[in-house]
Formats: sequence, structure tokens, C-alpha cells
Amino acid sequence: MSIFTDFWGWFTTGANWHGSDGIPARLSEHVQYCLLALALASAVGIPIGLLTGHFRRGGLAVTALSTAARALPTLGILYVLASYQPLAVFPVILVLAALGLPSILVNTYTGVVQADPDAVDAARGMGMRPSQVLLRVELPSALPLIWLGIRLAAFQVVSTATIAAFVSLGGLGNYIRFGLATRDYPQVVGGAVLTVVLALLSLLVVSLAARLTVSKGIRARS
Amino acid sequence: MKRRTRLLSTLALAAITATALAACGSSSNPVSSEGGNDSGSSAGSVVIGSTNFPENELLANIYADVLRAKGVKVSTQLNIGSREIVYKLIQSGKITVLPEYNGALLAYLDPKTTATTKDATDQELSAKLDPKLEVLEPSSAEDKDSLNVTKANAEKYDLHSIADLTKVADTFTLGGPPEFKTRLQGVVGLKSVYGVDFSDRFQPLDEAGKLTIDALKDGSVQVADIFSTDPSIVANNFVTLTDPKGLFGAQNVVPLVYKAGVNQTIVDALNAVSAKLDTPTLARLVSEVVSDKKDSTVVASEFAKSAGLV
Amino acid sequence: MDWGWVSDHLDLVGHYTGRNAYLGLIAVAFGFLVSLPLGLLCARYRWLYAPISALATALYAIPSLAFFVVLLDFTGLQDRTIIIPLTLYTLSVLVPAVVDGLTNVPEHVRQAATAMGFGPLRRLLQVELPLSIPVLIAGLRVATVSSISLVSVGSLLGDSFGGLGYFFTRGYQIDYPTEIWTGVIAVVVLALAADLVLVAVGRLLTPWVRRSPRTVIRRRTARAQARAA
Repeated sequence: MSIFTDFWGWFTTGANWHGSDGIPARLSEHVQYCLLALALASAVGIPIGLLTGHFRRGGLAVTALSTAARALPTLGILYVLASYQPLAVFPVILVLAALGLPSILVNTYTGVVQADPDAVDAARGMGMRPSQVLLRVELPSALPLIWLGIRLAAFQVVSTATIAAFVSLGGLGNYIRFGLATRDYPQVVGGAVLTVVLALLSLLVVSLAARLTVSKGIRARS
Repeated sequence: MKRRTRLLSTLALAAITATALAACGSSSNPVSSEGGNDSGSSAGSVVIGSTNFPENELLANIYADVLRAKGVKVSTQLNIGSREIVYKLIQSGKITVLPEYNGALLAYLDPKTTATTKDATDQELSAKLDPKLEVLEPSSAEDKDSLNVTKANAEKYDLHSIADLTKVADTFTLGGPPEFKTRLQGVVGLKSVYGVDFSDRFQPLDEAGKLTIDALKDGSVQVADIFSTDPSIVANNFVTLTDPKGLFGAQNVVPLVYKAGVNQTIVDALNAVSAKLDTPTLARLVSEVVSDKKDSTVVASEFAKSAGLV
Repeated sequence: MDWGWVSDHLDLVGHYTGRNAYLGLIAVAFGFLVSLPLGLLCARYRWLYAPISALATALYAIPSLAFFVVLLDFTGLQDRTIIIPLTLYTLSVLVPAVVDGLTNVPEHVRQAATAMGFGPLRRLLQVELPLSIPVLIAGLRVATVSSISLVSVGSLLGDSFGGLGYFFTRGYQIDYPTEIWTGVIAVVVLALAADLVLVAVGRLLTPWVRRSPRTVIRRRTARAQARAA
């Protein structure tokens, strides 16, 4: 289809690889926003998920929190924060983190809740303190699901980080916004294709990280 | 339980099918005062569009009010992308009327144009326009792109006209709407007409809205494209650089219409609006929407009444 | 936050809430209509699941605005330009939900149904689907909340296509946070209301769940939600 030949034309034009609007520059902006957002989402979601899962309390709160986070209109929140702090980077990070939070939180909680009850029982029987049970048994057991959550979050965050461009903060969304404003469709498609590729790549990277950190015994079970 | 499950599943299936049929049947939205129709428009019923900035939306609302008062059936499609998208829509008749600016429209149709005066612009515009379209009487009201700097910078670098920017082109960053970069009445023209090259130092912001104004205020950009009727220029003591070579040319408000969709009543009504508008009035109306946060439709109808157009 | 403005514009808020609900819910309805047969096929022919799931994932990654813009040339400035991408987005949640729901029906239950003389269609409609309801509802909840929230991006195309996003773009254009906040709050309220309705519908349709041991249900639903999240 002509859309893809257009993209290829745009993608292979040397000029598009240089300067502050070049592909490497926009890509690195995009990746930075995503990494920061995921770090924030994990920093909030994993501890809460671990604690609520361990104490088996607050399951309802976890679902409610993630539903609420999912209900937040990303563009709206971004506009609101940007109108208080234009051109500041943290609104984008905050909004993207809120987007990734539900997956990480719910999956961490579920992972802990579903830890093999026999293993947990044995750990308690061995005299482990609650914190040790959590960190040495429940957490490793929950790792596959935690990584699943991070994988889903990464995917969503990467594909949505295009909104940064709408408050003029760059990223791959710039090609979409710019292309839209000037009816330069190859550029719009270029931005979209790059985003999709990056999102799929993020799935790969996280799966790899999961493979490296989840112990073989647990991997075999899940 | 068997019966209940069967009942519930039938109900569910029915509900989904009903919604599906309803949606297929009405592919345009159910509210009659908005939405484009497949059939475009027929004389006697028009679609008024606008691009995505407050002044354009305001003008569209004024047109809508005036036409409705003349008994024309009007629907509006406001805040659509940018002129580039919208022009295609009016070419195909999906939009009938569009508030436009003669100079900017000409520059879009003919990037190589050198017309700078109102008459030259109007002449060339009529020649270059798609034969299905027509521009009506231009108003004396103008709203141009204008380059602005902070008062401090103007004094520091002694900046009065755009030509003075050659002094600081290496250090200044220019901010404006995304399309500014590729337009003749934008970065391209600045280079070819004034020899000021911002192609590497351009920050795409918004349609001369809050983002651009804040960026200029806090120094993220040092020169910004702000529309000349924007109240924030005065409010922030910005200095508008003069345009001796007329790069931003004549920018009179003019209704662009799809000929097959309008009749003489509509044309006369729109021309009457253009006659009643002048730059100070337009600036005042825009300020009511942007600074006073009044509803665009309210400001439009108040103006229409006070100008005796309805 | 100027509540006076809000009370003056309640009718406008109501109008756009209706638009938002319409666009979001239609997308989910269509998505479900498509996911049901697709999911059935994937549950029956397991080798189909991987490629279809991959396709749905790839579709979900397409930035919404780019999707709308590219479609604009083909479908024009109509509601369907917004509805089609939103529908496709729901597939990445709803197809797995259908597959999960169906494959989690215990084998012995399925066999008992066959033994009782249920044909495949009757078994599907009266045993497998009802038992899948918790998982389906979990998926529908996620799809509905996300769709309602995503409709607002359509406002970048024009006023009538963004539902409550209308308030975001206008509020941002004229620098009026009250308007933006109004839109945000309305979207959240609408999405949560839809979510609650789905929870209620789910409970209504599965009376037997309440009689089961709580931890089993909690675990099953939690697992479903984790997969859908």
C-alpha cells in the first residue's frame, strides 16, 4: 500500500536523521519519558501490590485504584498539568506513570496472592519473619506476573507517549502532530510505525529481562 | 436456571444486535446541531467549519448566527485540525463555509506568491482558487501572524523589525504552530525574504495559544509567532516586530464558500458580516473569549445583535 | 476552579457526556461482537490464538491520533473514523478474555454436559459462556473504561468527535483550567459509572458465584483481571 512506501521514503531520507527533529533525537526523548514513567509506576505499584497481596487486604482497593487510574483521560490530565506548568517534563511522566500503574499494581497483587500456598506455609513453619516470607518466597514466586504487568505497562506507555508532542515536549508523537498540521502523511505514518515498532520492541526487552531474573523453577510452573 | 440463562443470553444478544443496527443506521452523530452529513450540504442548509483556534471558531459562530437568523439551516464543524485538513473538506463540499484569511489562504495555494497588498492578494486568490470554491468580500478586519519578542529583549538587542533578527538568529529560538516551519509565511519565508534562518532553531508549540505565550514569557523561545489580534501581546508588553517587506502580507478575514452550497441570501449575509468587522472589533471579541473566558457562541450572538446583523 | 461556570454549562456537559458514552460504548459493543466469534475460533483451534493475539497487540500499539488521521481519507470526517480504531483497540483485551473464559471451563463440566446430551451449540450457550461470564465481565470492564477515556483524543480532529475531550482542547486553547477539569472529572465519573454497571450486570448474571467459597472466586476473578489489565 502506498502508505508504506510513503513511510519508507520518509524513513530513508537522510535529512530526517539529523538535528533536533531527527529520528534519533525524537526516539531518545520518547524512550526517556517511557523509562521514567515505568520507573515511577513500578516504584509505586510494586510495593503497594506486594503489601496488599501479602496481607490479603485491600484487594478491592487495588481493583478500584487501577480502574480509577484507567479512567483518567490521559490527554485531559496532561493539558491540565501543562497549563499549570507549561513545558515542564513531569506532567508527561506523571500521566504516563498513571497509565502504566494499573497493570503493574494488579499483576503484582495477583502474583503475591497466587504464590504457592504450600511454599508460603513451609516458609512460615521454618520460622521466617513476615518480611522474609514476602521477600524470599512470595516475591520471587510473583515475579512472572510482575514482569507480565511491567510488560503490559511498557507497551501501553510506549504507544501513548506520543501525547508528549501535544504539549510540545517532543518524542515520536511530534511526527504525528507535525504531519497532521501540515498534511504530510508520510510523516504521520512514520511516527506511527516507529511507535508501533518501539512498543513491540519493549515487549521483547521486558520478556528478556523477565527471562533473566525469574528463577527456572518458577518459570517452569507458570 | 436454564430458562433464566436462556432469557438473559437472548436479551444480551438482542441488546447487542440492536445497538449494532442503530449504529449502522446512523453513522453520523445523533445531535442535529453538529456533525457533517454524507451528502455534504444543499443550498438552504450549510455546514460551517472552523480550524482549531478561538478566533476562527468565533467567526464561524458569528456566521452561524447570522445565517440562522436568515432562516438557513446551519450545522457547525468546529476546531478541525488545521487549514490543511479543512481545505480538503470544503473542496469536496463536506463543509460549505469557512472563515479564512486571504493572504494565508493564498500562501497555502501558491507557496511562491509574492503578493503583499490586499488587492494583489485578492486578485491572485481568485485566480488560484479551486473553481468549486469562491471567496466573498474581504473584511477590513485583519489578523496576521506576527513575530513578537519580550520588551526586555527588544531593548537589549535593539529589535524593531523582522530584519533586525539577523543580529540574533544564531542564538534566538523561534516558537510557533507546527505548520509554521514549512509555510512560506513562516520559517521558509523568513529565510528567503529576510535572510533569517530558523530552520534549526524552531520549537513547534501551539496555535499561538498559552504554550507559545508562556514559552516567550519564560524565555524558552526568544521570538514567537502570535496572531496579531491576540490580547496577550498587549497584556504581556510584547513588542511586535514590524514587517517592512510584507512577508505576512494582507490577512483580511474573508468567507470561503463552496459555490454549489450557497445561494444569494447566504452570500449577502456573509458579506454583511465582513462589512461590520474591523480589526479593533475583532481583537475585542477575541479578547472576550480568550481573556474573559466567555462562551464563543455567546460573544458571537451578542456581536451579531449589536451590529444589527440579526 | 470556577463552579459557577460549571453550573452554567451543565447542558453542554450533558451533551458531550452523551456523545462520549455513545462513541465509547458502541466501540466496546462492536469489539465484543467481533471478539466473541474470534475468541471462539481461537479457543477451538489453538494455533490461531498466537497470530490473532499478535495482530490485536500490534493494532493496540498504533497511536490513536495517527490512526484517526489515516482513516480520515477513507472514512471522512464521520463518527466511524473514531469508532473503528476504538473498536480495534478493544480486541487486545476482549479476545483474550473470551479465550481465557472458555478455556477455563473445567473439563469435567464440559464432559458432564456432553454426557447429559448437550450438543456443542447448546453446551456453548448454556454452560461454557455462562461460566465464562466473570472473565468476560473483567475484560469488558477494562475495555469500557479505556474506550470511554480514549474517546477524548478524537477532539484533536474536531469538536464533535472527542466527546468530553471538547472541554480539554477548548480549556487548553484559552487557558481555562476550570474547563479542562470539568472534562476530566466528567470522563472519570462516566467511566466509573459504566464500570459499576458492568459489575452489577456481572453479579446478576452469575448467581451461583455468590454461593461458592470466596477465596476461589477471588482468585479466579483476580487472575482474570490480571490478564486483562
